[in-house]
Amino acid sequence: MAEAYIYDHVRTPRGKGKASGSLHEVTPIELGTQVLEALRDRNELDTSKVDDVVFGCVSPVGEQGGDITRIAVLNADYAETTAGVQINRFCASGLEATNMAAAKVMSGEADMTIGGGIESMSRVPMGSDGGPWASNPEAAFKTYFTPQGIGADLIATKHGFSRDDVDAYAIESQKRAANAWEKGYFKNSIVPVKDQIGLTLLDHDEHMRPDTTMQSLGSLDPSFSVLGETAGFDAVALQRYPEVEAINHVHHAGNSSGIVDGSAGILLGNKEVGEAAGLKPRARIRAMASIGSEPSIMLTGPEFVAQKCLNRAGMTKDDIDLWELNEAFASVVMRFMQAHDLDHEKVNVNGGAIAMGHPLGATGAMILGTVLDELERRDQKTAMALLCVGAGMGTATIIERV
Amino acid sequence: MENFSFDVDSDGIALITWDMPDRTMNVLSASSMAEIREWIGTVIGDEKIKGAVLTSGKAAFCAGADLGEMEGNASEAGGGGEESAEDKTRRAFDNAYAFNKLLRELETCGKPIVAAINGLAMGGGLEVTLACHYRVVADNDRIQLGLPEAKVGLLPGGGGTQRLPRLIGMAGALPLILEGKSLNPAKAQKAGIVHKVVPGDQIVAEAKRWIKEEGDAQQPWDKKGYKIPGGGPHDKGSQGTFVVGNAMLRANTYGNYPAQRFIMSCVYEGCQVPIEAGLRIESRYFVKLLGMPESKNMIRSLFLSSQELGKGARRPQGEPESDVKKMGILGAGMMGAGIAYVSAMAGIECVLIDRDQESADKGKDYSVKLLDKAISRGKMKEEKKEQVLSLITPTTDYEQLKGSDLIVEAVFEDRDIKADVTAKAEAVIADTAVFGSNTSTLPITGLATKSSRPDNFIGIHYFSPVDKMPLVEIIMGEKTSASALAKSLDYVKKIRKTPIVVNDSRGFYTSRCFGTYVQEGIHMLSEGIKPALIENAGKMTGMPVPPLAMNDEVSLDLAYHVQKQTKEDLGDKFEETPGTQLIEKMVVDLGRLGRKNGKGFYEYPSDGKKFIWPGLGDLVEESADQPDVDELKKRFMYRQAIEAARCFEEEVVTDVRDADVGAIMGWGFAPYTGGPISLIDTVGTKRFVEECDRLAQKYGPRFAPNALLREMAEKGETFYARFNPHKQAA
Repeated sequence: MAEAYIYDHVRTPRGKGKASGSLHEVTPIELGTQVLEALRDRNELDTSKVDDVVFGCVSPVGEQGGDITRIAVLNADYAETTAGVQINRFCASGLEATNMAAAKVMSGEADMTIGGGIESMSRVPMGSDGGPWASNPEAAFKTYFTPQGIGADLIATKHGFSRDDVDAYAIESQKRAANAWEKGYFKNSIVPVKDQIGLTLLDHDEHMRPDTTMQSLGSLDPSFSVLGETAGFDAVALQRYPEVEAINHVHHAGNSSGIVDGSAGILLGNKEVGEAAGLKPRARIRAMASIGSEPSIMLTGPEFVAQKCLNRAGMTKDDIDLWELNEAFASVVMRFMQAHDLDHEKVNVNGGAIAMGHPLGATGAMILGTVLDELERRDQKTAMALLCVGAGMGTATIIERV
Repeated sequence: MENFSFDVDSDGIALITWDMPDRTMNVLSASSMAEIREWIGTVIGDEKIKGAVLTSGKAAFCAGADLGEMEGNASEAGGGGEESAEDKTRRAFDNAYAFNKLLRELETCGKPIVAAINGLAMGGGLEVTLACHYRVVADNDRIQLGLPEAKVGLLPGGGGTQRLPRLIGMAGALPLILEGKSLNPAKAQKAGIVHKVVPGDQIVAEAKRWIKEEGDAQQPWDKKGYKIPGGGPHDKGSQGTFVVGNAMLRANTYGNYPAQRFIMSCVYEGCQVPIEAGLRIESRYFVKLLGMPESKNMIRSLFLSSQELGKGARRPQGEPESDVKKMGILGAGMMGAGIAYVSAMAGIECVLIDRDQESADKGKDYSVKLLDKAISRGKMKEEKKEQVLSLITPTTDYEQLKGSDLIVEAVFEDRDIKADVTAKAEAVIADTAVFGSNTSTLPITGLATKSSRPDNFIGIHYFSPVDKMPLVEIIMGEKTSASALAKSLDYVKKIRKTPIVVNDSRGFYTSRCFGTYVQEGIHMLSEGIKPALIENAGKMTGMPVPPLAMNDEVSLDLAYHVQKQTKEDLGDKFEETPGTQLIEKMVVDLGRLGRKNGKGFYEYPSDGKKFIWPGLGDLVEESADQPDVDELKKRFMYRQAIEAARCFEEEVVTDVRDADVGAIMGWGFAPYTGGPISLIDTVGTKRFVEECDRLAQKYGPRFAPNALLREMAEKGETFYARFNPHKQAA
């Protein structure tokens, strides 16, 4: 089996996912297009060598529908022969797309591929694509469907994280992200988004609030208590977790991932194609895994997929220098660190989605790129990127610098 | 046709009058359905007929399906022995779908059909009218229109889940179908279910006018460009109907009621396809539902058995009809006050006695409050209030009891006090008058020893609050006569409650069995099981209140008092358990008496929701190994069921209907099971005994199967076969 190497990666800055956000006036394919253009131009790629592009997109309807990846490929003036496919594994779509792109290389189906994702949450709101899980009575009943924020609150309740605990985590995320931006840790991978006449629209993550304090967070009302208490979801969750008396609603906009717009891409290939193109491999894909977990609490997959991925790599947690787990909600990361007894100094060292935002389809590729940059900066070797996933799943990737 | 008359007028409009012989109400029996097919054929075939009006020759339009007939079909499992499972399922589908097909033929017959609804139209009765092109209803407030199937574990199988949402939108239709709510004509018109409300004598004229002047023979959903009002399941604005609806349904039913779940699916799936496909989907879910024990058990207990009991199934034969015109109520506390209210509402003159006038007056005030509330809600007129109140005389004077046909004693649960009021009343009333005691714990035979006429002494056990609870438990003392029983049952019928008849025992039937549920909660607590898990498990079984909360409601000192009394009565035979010790500790050492002093198993903050007292964790060490919730649910249900089985062996209960209906109506035993006896039959006596043996091994002898159960398990018998009430009667 061929090795899959990462040759490069880029991402857009993340724009606030609302009408006042800087990227709201940019179409979703344009976000993907500029990522693809950057990968091509930075690496002087002969795009006819790129066999396939796999992009994640979680709300693939409207202008994000109809295989947006292929249209972005065409729009970026790649060779006509470069195929494109859009996939959806909810929040892990960007990482899953990268894993699939890597798997194409490993299996020999392709020599060079791009993985990544696109999500303009300001233009195609979360949930626009509907889906059967919450609405289909049989499915909802069978699985005790509960919205993910309530699952996050349930994780906090079950594992003993108070409102102060999750707020403190959020502040640390903000601090780390601010520090990383200030020191330019993201610089090499950020592709500023340009407008129609080539002027820069956004060159930084605009969701960040580095001046956040415990006091400012303390004034926010929990986001899911009304939904949980009046729409019956708390009761549903307690039927699945009857050992819990009541859910302590601790999450709010300040300690949950931000809603943002953005895109990211990772250039992958086998050894030969890289050599022929004169590219230097930065890391290899060491192992990949996805797993299903209990769907009602929904967000506990990382704990299990991490172990699965380690097993597939023949590694233990001590072999991992850096962990990058998507900050969907503070409790998700806190529970993960608790379950695997990890030092916070090795986890999300440059902050995460609580500070910078979570453009659903793209985040997985963004965090994989971020952790690779950080391995290089620290001159360390191995990292795992992973995400919790809707409907109870987890997806993970271990990379190793070469 | 024997069920319908058919007359065509000079305008070519057929008037079809539904009037089943030998029945007080029209029902959708096999024979009426066959005749509906027949007259549809005539309407289509006869070209002189321009349209048709369907009405009823009885006071009601139609009461729906013949549930008795349906239960017969359901229990008659299969046709020939050779039939494959698939053929059997297909035959069941064809049977269920026949009604849908029939009504679809009606609405697509090409000629305008009008339902002239002269009286109640429920279930299948309303579904027939929904398949008509126009609905006109008499302006009588008492007429009820609704789809009540879900209340007895069924779903509307005659297109109700398809036509109602197509007519008024999913958001409006779902609550009506899920809760089985019925509406009066004005509300039904407002909801868009009927087109017009006119005086009763004009419904046929209005129906004919519509045929002549408008006469559109096409349903809205058969017209081009039709859209469901408010949108289909995936249209903007209506997604919440299901996303939130599904959650609310699980929150409220704990997934115990398949009918409601299937109704959701019928509407969700059916509203995304043309109506023909929707009707097929509905019939499939209908068949699926009939195959589940919940529907069979619910129809039997909640409909058939409770109706039989209400109609006097347990009344001894040969006793003359009696009518209580005047009664005395001793004790004007909460129970006495409620008894006075329900009795006066039934037109009975009530003498309400207490030790002082103030207390007696306070008892009457309870009726004033209830009547004022009814008036403020527009459910009663002022005159009726005065009339009811004039029947209640609060007094301290026993002389006023003279002429009473019945006395109900509802004083404090103390043998001496009861003996005293019994003597005072018996000194005044006639020898033939019945004396009933509303005790819930003291054996009747013992109380009757203080009566000068024990043959006329009986237990009449009401449930609190009396005005809301539908059951009355009649307890036969050793010497109680058949005549006293008959008179008591006649009285219960008069106050429109459902009676069960049981024999004497500590706690009789209902209190005795219910007690085991709350006690099991204490057992669990003393084993170190998390209180939240215990409480949630209790709720998930479908019991109305979780066990620890229930303990708090009835108060822990009462539990302690009963415990102490039982200990005194039983002496060495009393079983001291960690549970009884826990209660003693809570009451005696900690002064935690329950809700009434704001501290029990729960804390009751004045500014928020109650929560489990955190100190419980220090009282009993939480076990590291917490059981699965299903094991706890089983303990709650089986513990109550085995007590019911013991009541059968001891002949405390003798009729399966009393046992099941009494459990559901009396202490809220999970209705979807059909009651504790239906539960045992559904599990199977053999498996039930095996499970109880396992539970007894693990948790104590209170789960040990009794001899009767073992014998039945060996023979593979069910309670409903062995104690078949219909066979006994025959």
